[in-house]
Amino acid sequence: MRKSLATALAAFTCLTAPALADTYVVRGENVWTGTSQGTIKNGVVVIEDDRITAVGGASTAVPDGASEISAKWVTPGLISAYSQTGLVEVGAEDPTNDAMAAASAYSISLNAADGFNPDATAIDVTRIEGFTRLAVAPQTGNTMFGGQGFIADTSGDLDTPLKEKAFTVIALGEAGAGLTGGSRASAMATLKAALDDGRAYPARYIANTEGDALKRLDAQAFSQAARGQQLIMVRAHRASDLNAVMDLAEEQPNLKFVIVGADEGWRVAPRLAELDIPVIVDAFSNLPSSFERLAATSENASRLAEAGVTFAIANVGDSVEQARLASQIAGNAVANGLDFDDALAALTVAPAEIFNMTGYGTLAPGGHADVVAWDGDPLEVTSSPVAVIIDGETQSLESRQTRLRDRYLNLDESERPMAYHKP
Amino acid sequence: MRISHRLVAGVAAALVLSACGGGKDKPAEKKDAEIAFDKNPYPSTYSPYPNAPVLITNATIMDGEGARIENGSLLLEDGKISAIGSDLKAPEGATTIDASGRWVTPGIIDNHSHLGVYPSPGVSAHGDGNEISAPVTAEVWSEHGVWPQDPGFTRALAGGITSLQILPGSANLIGGRGVIVKNVPSRTVQGMKFPDAPYTLKMACGENPKRVYGYGNGSFPGGAPYSRMGNMAGYRTAWIRATEYKRKWDKYEKEGGEPPARDLELDTLAGVLNGDILVHMHCYRADEMAQIMDMSKEFGYKVTSFHHAVESYKIADKLAEYGACSSMWADWWGFKMEAYDGIRENIPLVHKAGACAIVHSDSDVGIQRLNQEAAKAWSDGRKIGIDIPEEEAWTWLSLNPAKSLGIDDRTGSLKPGKMADVVIWSGDPFSVYTKADQVFIDGALMYDRSNPEADPVMDFEIGQPGEGDRK
Repeated sequence: MRKSLATALAAFTCLTAPALADTYVVRGENVWTGTSQGTIKNGVVVIEDDRITAVGGASTAVPDGASEISAKWVTPGLISAYSQTGLVEVGAEDPTNDAMAAASAYSISLNAADGFNPDATAIDVTRIEGFTRLAVAPQTGNTMFGGQGFIADTSGDLDTPLKEKAFTVIALGEAGAGLTGGSRASAMATLKAALDDGRAYPARYIANTEGDALKRLDAQAFSQAARGQQLIMVRAHRASDLNAVMDLAEEQPNLKFVIVGADEGWRVAPRLAELDIPVIVDAFSNLPSSFERLAATSENASRLAEAGVTFAIANVGDSVEQARLASQIAGNAVANGLDFDDALAALTVAPAEIFNMTGYGTLAPGGHADVVAWDGDPLEVTSSPVAVIIDGETQSLESRQTRLRDRYLNLDESERPMAYHKP
Repeated sequence: MRISHRLVAGVAAALVLSACGGGKDKPAEKKDAEIAFDKNPYPSTYSPYPNAPVLITNATIMDGEGARIENGSLLLEDGKISAIGSDLKAPEGATTIDASGRWVTPGIIDNHSHLGVYPSPGVSAHGDGNEISAPVTAEVWSEHGVWPQDPGFTRALAGGITSLQILPGSANLIGGRGVIVKNVPSRTVQGMKFPDAPYTLKMACGENPKRVYGYGNGSFPGGAPYSRMGNMAGYRTAWIRATEYKRKWDKYEKEGGEPPARDLELDTLAGVLNGDILVHMHCYRADEMAQIMDMSKEFGYKVTSFHHAVESYKIADKLAEYGACSSMWADWWGFKMEAYDGIRENIPLVHKAGACAIVHSDSDVGIQRLNQEAAKAWSDGRKIGIDIPEEEAWTWLSLNPAKSLGIDDRTGSLKPGKMADVVIWSGDPFSVYTKADQVFIDGALMYDRSNPEADPVMDFEIGQPGEGDRK
């Protein structure tokens, strides 16, 4: 997966001494830090081993012999806040799709990390658009509980460490109602019973194998979240559904929530801000595509920002293969009133905060060296990365798609069939 | 193959072709055969809304035919493009719009939409886009399933869409007729229909038909088609029936006598064989498109455009030689096996091969920003050395889709005499930050970003949360 530095960067960098291969000086006409340093004109980011060691202006002292990368823009590696990247190869082919289990005997104990495939085509496809980390959320199958989500990087390394069980996924709203017997009341009753079961684990399960809502393994898996020690990712859109989540948060104040979707979030934004409940929104969503999102507007993100809500932007509407479009979506949020810095923060700082990824999402000395160098404004549809660095290592900018493209650049079969073309 | 667009009611198909350009002057003594049945029983009632002359000045204009004019001006009069140039003078009574720093293009035409047939809200009662009852349903017409109150039309308008084709879905081998509409809200579908546009036929290759029918109804096997072999057999069987039907009608046209019994399904298929109805075919894989091109030669018709066409880059040379358009996404891929080989450079590679490239949406979200989709493809092409000028890439959004719908003689570029379907953009429309400021349809200002009070609100949105909000 990982190419030599020379291969990956030859076109864009001048290499000095290869002796210090793990030391990089990344220069950008604009270095967006995500910290109080703001955007540094003609800035410099120094990377040594897997850490950022310096961030500053053109005069920043740089180590001798470092590899140099120069680009128009430099940003922290983007963080996909919601997707199924790495769980799915071909969406419609069930054997290759581990995003959800439609007929499992288990629910909350389903650990999506068990299905993560670092070789998935979507990993490379997503990485080469500037995403270095993924919050991977299982979808819901036959219950309102999707199971355990995780955090991964996009290196494609088979031995890449995962932060497993980073959050647990729950559907409310129309989907939750449909999965729990047919009404929102049944969804909320099921959730509350499950929370009781989780809190009662293990005591209740010593003599019995089943609780009110959860069997033993699922109660065990929910015991952390139910005690406020794990993030609960709730999917909901309608203002009244968001209020129901917030009612629950007030009733059980130790619970930690993040809400995915929240198309009507702008209508309850002050309360979200007051309760400090973050949301993950899709700024493309502006249609009354169901009765739970009648008030959807492309200004949702800018209004949430105005109210002081913490929010990330993700491609919630097309989260299986196209996590990479989150940067285009963030750009559209800017076109609909969101401040540029808030939009870029919604792809970096905010998801790092939501998922408690300390040391990621910013360019700051001491932070993890996930860095992307771009040929233009990172939110612009015509821009793309010229270098992607994960934990201090430069990554390949190839994917299965670029390989197919290169094969078919020239359709000349006069000598040999296309199958013999291996550019 | 040039096709007559003006399907005059009451004129039999064979005579339409012979009457190109002279429809009104046909001799009165023509046979009864001409009026055997009405070919346009649900005619357009659309006519342009009131419009005063508008002069747009100081704009960067992309004329839609490959030219760019800096500091250009464009004059709209009587619903038509009246003049385009660099220093036009405002006629008396004209409103002048200073478009300094802004860009002007022809309105975007999306030739693959399901607005109205799969509207918002997407409740079960609204699923009117696929007549799944049989693999060949050439007898159905999408216009009979369009709900004109779909709020999606207004969102598309704010994205600069001035005309669109609404197609049946892709469950069927032959799904039925498409309809071309102006993106103007109306109480009726007829009030949206693009006047005198040709009819189109939706067909589908590959996975969808065999999944829906072969694996349908929860039984195994469901029914035909169950395989790509079955798909081909299904189309060919239909074309054989259509050929026979056409032969009977041709004989009747020539010799008179008792008219053949009408068949709604075969009316449409014979319309394709007569050259009156344009074929739009959902087809992802390169090898399948090659089979379909041969099949069209077997039965004597032409595929006007392949849709989705994610593998067009593999056979761009063959598509250019045949003369079919490819209507494509910028970057959709992977959601099913036949989409697995999607690449970001498909559109520029097709263009580079000299084939007709079109950016389409197939989505109520994508239709709102087709300019951005084109921009992505354009930029990805440039990065591998396919340096297409932006003004040439705009042909993917207006003129080429207009050609694929048989309406390019009336819209799709800023040529004087064409419909004044025009967008003023806040900046370079290939930027993510650019919005449509003003959208004119037939010269009438139908969307103005500076005046949200005037935004259209569909019936469904009245009295609902978010009514009249900025969308």
